Amino acid sequence: MEQLRTIGRELAMGSQGGWGQSKEFLDLVKSIGEARSKAEEDRIISRELEHLKRRLADPDVPRRKMKELLLRLVYAEMLGHDASFGHIHAVKMTHDESLPLKRTGYLAVALFIDERHDLVILVVNTIQKDLRSDNYLVVCAALTAASRLIGEEAIPAVLPQVVDLLAHPKEAVRKKAVMALHRFYQRSPSSVSHLVSNFRKRLCDNDPGVMGATLCPLYDLILEDPSSYKDLVVSFVNILKQVAERRLPTSYDYHQMPAPFIQIKLLKILAVLGSGDKQASGHMYTVLGDIFRKGDTASNIGNAILYECICCISSIYPNSKIMDAAAETTSKFLKSDSHNLKYMGIDALGRLIKINPDIAEEHQLSVIDCLEDPDDTLKRKTFELLYKMTKSTNVEVIVDRMIEYMISITDHHYKAEIASRCVELAEQFAPSNQWFIQTMNKVFEHAGDLVNIRVAHNLMRLIAEGFGEEDEGADSQLRSSAVDSYLRILGEPKLPSSFLQIICWVLGEYGTADGKHPASYIIGKLCDVAEAHPTDDTVRGYAVSAILKIFAFEIAVGRKTDMLPEFQSLVDELSASHSTDLQQRAYEVQALLGLHKQAVESVMPSDASCEDIEVDRNLSFLNSYVQQALDKGAAPYIPESERSGVASVGNYRTHDQHETSAHTLRFEAYELPKPSLPTATSQTSISLPTTDLVPVPEQSYYKDDHQMSRPQPSGNALSGEFGTKLRLDGVQKKWGRESYSSSSTPSSSTSSQQAANGSTNSDGGGLVVSSQARESSYGSKRQQGTEVSAEKQRLAASLFGSSAAKADRKGHAGRKAAKESHSTDKVNVAHAAPQPAKDQVIPAVPPPDLLDLGEPVSSSAPSADPFSQLDGLLGPASASPVLSGTSAPSASSTPDLMSIFSDDVQTGSTSGSTDATVGDVHLKNSQKGATSVAAKKGHSLQDALQKDATARQVGVTPTGNNPNLFKDLLG
Amino acid sequence: MIQAVMVISTQGKPRLLKFYNFQPPEKHQELVRGVFQLLSARPENVSNFVEADAIFGPGAKLVYKHLATLYFVFIFDSSENELAMLDLVQVFVETLDRCFKNVCELDIVFNFNKLHTILDEMILGGQVIETSSEQIVKSVEEIARLEKQSSTASIIPKSISDRFSR
Repeated sequence: MEQLRTIGRELAMGSQGGWGQSKEFLDLVKSIGEARSKAEEDRIISRELEHLKRRLADPDVPRRKMKELLLRLVYAEMLGHDASFGHIHAVKMTHDESLPLKRTGYLAVALFIDERHDLVILVVNTIQKDLRSDNYLVVCAALTAASRLIGEEAIPAVLPQVVDLLAHPKEAVRKKAVMALHRFYQRSPSSVSHLVSNFRKRLCDNDPGVMGATLCPLYDLILEDPSSYKDLVVSFVNILKQVAERRLPTSYDYHQMPAPFIQIKLLKILAVLGSGDKQASGHMYTVLGDIFRKGDTASNIGNAILYECICCISSIYPNSKIMDAAAETTSKFLKSDSHNLKYMGIDALGRLIKINPDIAEEHQLSVIDCLEDPDDTLKRKTFELLYKMTKSTNVEVIVDRMIEYMISITDHHYKAEIASRCVELAEQFAPSNQWFIQTMNKVFEHAGDLVNIRVAHNLMRLIAEGFGEEDEGADSQLRSSAVDSYLRILGEPKLPSSFLQIICWVLGEYGTADGKHPASYIIGKLCDVAEAHPTDDTVRGYAVSAILKIFAFEIAVGRKTDMLPEFQSLVDELSASHSTDLQQRAYEVQALLGLHKQAVESVMPSDASCEDIEVDRNLSFLNSYVQQALDKGAAPYIPESERSGVASVGNYRTHDQHETSAHTLRFEAYELPKPSLPTATSQTSISLPTTDLVPVPEQSYYKDDHQMSRPQPSGNALSGEFGTKLRLDGVQKKWGRESYSSSSTPSSSTSSQQAANGSTNSDGGGLVVSSQARESSYGSKRQQGTEVSAEKQRLAASLFGSSAAKADRKGHAGRKAAKESHSTDKVNVAHAAPQPAKDQVIPAVPPPDLLDLGEPVSSSAPSADPFSQLDGLLGPASASPVLSGTSAPSASSTPDLMSIFSDDVQTGSTSGSTDATVGDVHLKNSQKGATSVAAKKGHSLQDALQKDATARQVGVTPTGNNPNLFKDLLG
Repeated sequence: MIQAVMVISTQGKPRLLKFYNFQPPEKHQELVRGVFQLLSARPENVSNFVEADAIFGPGAKLVYKHLATLYFVFIFDSSENELAMLDLVQVFVETLDRCFKNVCELDIVFNFNKLHTILDEMILGGQVIETSSEQIVKSVEEIARLEKQSSTASIIPKSISDRFSR
C-alpha cells in the first residue's frame, strides 16, 4: 500500500529533517494521502489554509518558519485550492535579504501570478535591485523571475541590467541573461530589436553552454526573417561540424553523444535557413552526410539527432545523395520495434514524400502495420501521413480506413477532425459519385453531428445534379441506389440530425422516382422519422416537406393516394405546433392535397430541384394590376431613395402594396394577400429548364427569390422556397463540377467528362494511345536524366501507386457488387471513370505495360543495392582528406569556435566541388536505381498486388504472412 | 518551446506543476485531469508521445514517462523534437535520482520546491538551457550550500517584514 510506505518514509524523513520541513507539513501531506474522499481532502486543506492565513499575517512568526508556510501555501494551491490571500506574502518575501527566503519568494510569485497581475509592480523594483547583486545566485533567481514576470511595460526598467549581465563572468548568469532576453523578445519583439547584434556576439561565447542558449533566440529571430541571417549559415555549419566531431568538452556529452540538444537546435536553424535556398543548402550537405554516417541508432538521443537531420533535409534544397541517406534512416526507424521510433519514422516519411513520393512505396507494409497498431498515437500519425499522400488512385482505401477508425474512437475532438478530413478527401478525390455518396453516408451516420452542415447540403446537391450531362440513366440509378441505402439506414437507431435531413430530402425528392417503392411505404417511413424526433423541428420540417412532395408527385401522375392515418395525425399535430415553420408546412400539405392535378404539377414539378427558378425582378406581371390601380386614382409609387423626408413605416407599407422593390419587401414577409395570384403562379413557379449548371451566386439571389415567393400563398410559395433553400446551401462552391475537380486538377475533370463513355472505350483504343504517350514521355525523361524535377518524380510515383491502387480497387468493386447485388455494368461505369483520366494526365501505365517495360531494363541493370555503391563513392571523397585537413589546425590553435570561420571559405569551396562530382556520379546511379526499382516491381507484380488486394479486402494485416509481396517490394 | 512540466501520481494527484505559458491557477486542475485521463487510458508498451491539442490547444504535444507511481509529463509545441524531449524527461529523472538517492514519490511530495529549483536549472522560459544532469546537480548543491550559509550568517533586520505587515 502506498500509505504504508508513506508512513515509513515519513518517519525516516522526520528524523533526519532533511529539507527543513516541519512535522506539520509532514502531517498535512500524510493526512491528505490518507483522505478517503475528495471531500475529506478538501476539508483538510481548507483547515490548513485557514491556519496559514492566520500564521502568515502574524508578525511574530520567525523567518525560517515563513519559508515553510509559503511552501505549504504553494502546495495547497497546486492541489487546486484558492490561496490568493498569500500572494502578497510571497511578494513580500522576495524583498527579504536571506537567500533561501528570497528564492522561495520568487518561486512562489512566479507560480502564483503572471505579468498582468497587479502585484507585479511591487516585484519589478526588487528584480531591478537583485539583478545588480554581487551574489550570482541572487542574480540567477532574479533572472528566472524576470523571464516570468516582466511584462511589456516593465521591460525597459530591467533591460539595461540584463544586457550588462551578458558579460557576467559566470556562464550560468550569461546563459540565463540570454534566455531572459529571449523571453523579452517573445513578449515584445520591438523592445529588444536593437539587441540582435548581442545575440550574434554571444554565439562566439567561450562557453558552449551560452552559445547553445543563444541559439534559442536566434532560432526565433531567423524564423521571423530568414533572409537577414543568411550570412550566419557558414558559422552554424561550422559549429555543428565541430560539435559533431566532439570538439566540445566531454561534460557536454549526453549518453555518449556530443551536446545533442545543441546539435538539434542547429539543425532546426539550418532547416529554416536552407529552405528554398540552393546556395545555403550547398554548405550543409557535407555536415549532414557526416552526421548520418556517424549516426548512432542505438540510443534514443542519437535517433533524435538523426530525425532532426531528416527534417532539415526535407526542408532545405533537395540533394539526391543526402535524400537517400535520409530515406535509409527513415526505413530503419520504420522497421524498428520501438513505437517511438516508428512514430518518428512515420513523421519523417511524411516529410520526405513531399519531396519524393517514391519513398513511400517501399514502406507500404510498414505503414499498414502502423495503422493496425494498438497505439493510438501511432495510428493518428499514420492517418496524418495517409492524408498527405492521398491521391485519386488510393483515396478509396484510405478513406475506408479513416472511417473505420473514426467509428472506433470516442474522442470527439479527434473524431470531428478525422471526419472533416474524410469529407475533404472524398470531395477532392472521389472516383465516382456513387462512392462519394456511400462514403458520406458512413461519415454522417457516425459523426453527423460533428461535421459542417454545408457538407450535408453538398451531398444533397450532388444527388440532385448527379453526373449531369447526357447520361440520365446513370443519374437515376445513382438516386435509386441512394434511396435504397437510405431506406435501409432508416432502420437504425440514433441517426444524427443532419443525416436525417439528407435522408428525408432525398426520399421526398426521389423516393418514388423509380417506382420500386410504393408511395405509402415511403410516407410511412417519413412519418416514423417525424414521430421519432419530436424535438427536432428541422428534421420534422424536412420530413413533412418530403411527404408533401411525394403526394404531389403521386397526384401529378394521376395515382390516387390515401391519407395514411399516421400522416393525418402528424399533420394535425403539426398544425398546432409551436413552430410557425412546421405549422406552415402542415397547412401547405393540406392545401396542396386539395388542389387539381395540373395545379399540383406546376407547383411541385417532379425532379426540379436543380432547375433554376426564373425571377422576374421587375414584377412585370403586375403591370396591368398597377395600371388598373393608377386608373382608379391611386398615387404612383416613388422609390424609397427618391422619397423626401421621413418615410414613416405606415406609408411605406401602402406603397409597398402597389409595387415591390427588392429591398423594401423583406420586412413584410408574411402578410400581404396578393390579389394577383393566378398570374403569379404560372409565372414564377414554372421555371425555365436550363442546362446552366454553374452555381447560382449567393445572397442577393436568395433574397430576391425569397421575397418573390413569400407573398404568394401556400403551395406556390413552397415550391419557390424549397428550391431556393436547397440551392442556397449547396451553392457555396464545392460540388459544382469545376470545384469538384479544382484541387485534383486536370485528372478528375477529364474523368467526369469521360465518365460516360469511359466504360466503352477505355480498355480498347485508349490503351494504345496511352501506351504510346507513355513511351515518349519515358524517353524524354531519360534524356533529361540529370534534372529530375519534383513534378516528374511525382508522376513516376503514380506509376506504381496507380497500378497498385487499381488492383486494390478491383477488390473493392467486387466486394461492393457482391454486397449490393447491383447490376454490374453500373459498377463498371462508376469505376471506369478515373481510368481514362489517368491515361491522359500521366500518360501511363496499365499493368501489362509496366511488365513489358520492366523486363529489358531488369536484365541490363544489376540488382545491386545502389546505396552500397554510393557509400563507396562517398567514403574517400567527402569524409577524410578534405575535412580533417582543414579543421584540424583550427582546433589545435584555439578552443574558440569562431576562429574556424576564417578557413571555412576554403572548406566550403572544396567540399562543394567534391560534392558536385559525387552528385554527378550519384545521379547516374540514382537513375539506375530508379530503373532497377521499376524492374523489381515489374517482376511478378500482379501476383503480389493481387495478394495484397485480397489481404486488404479480407482485412488481414499483410505483415509477416505475406512474404511474397514483401520480397517483391523490397527486392 | 516547452509549455509545461507536470508530475502526476498514478492516482491522478498533481505532484509538480510548472507552466511556462502562464495558466491561471483555476485552470490547473482541469489540465491535470485532462492529462491524467489521457495517460491512464494508454496501454503499456506504446509510444511515449501523445498529441494533446484537445487539452492544450492546436499543435501541442506531450511526452510522458511512467516510472513507478508517477507520470512525468512534458508538454511542448512543434518547435521541439519529441525524442529529444523524451531524453529531457530522462535527464530530469536522472537528476532527481542523483539528488535524492533512489528517488521515490515521497521525495517529490516533500521537496517539490527543490524540484522547482532543478527545473529552473534545466529549463528557463520554456527553453532548455542545461541537459547534463551532473552539471545540474552541481549547481543545485551549490545553491543549497549557499542558502545554508546565508541563512545562518545573515541576520535579517526585522524592519523589512514590519514594513509589509498590516
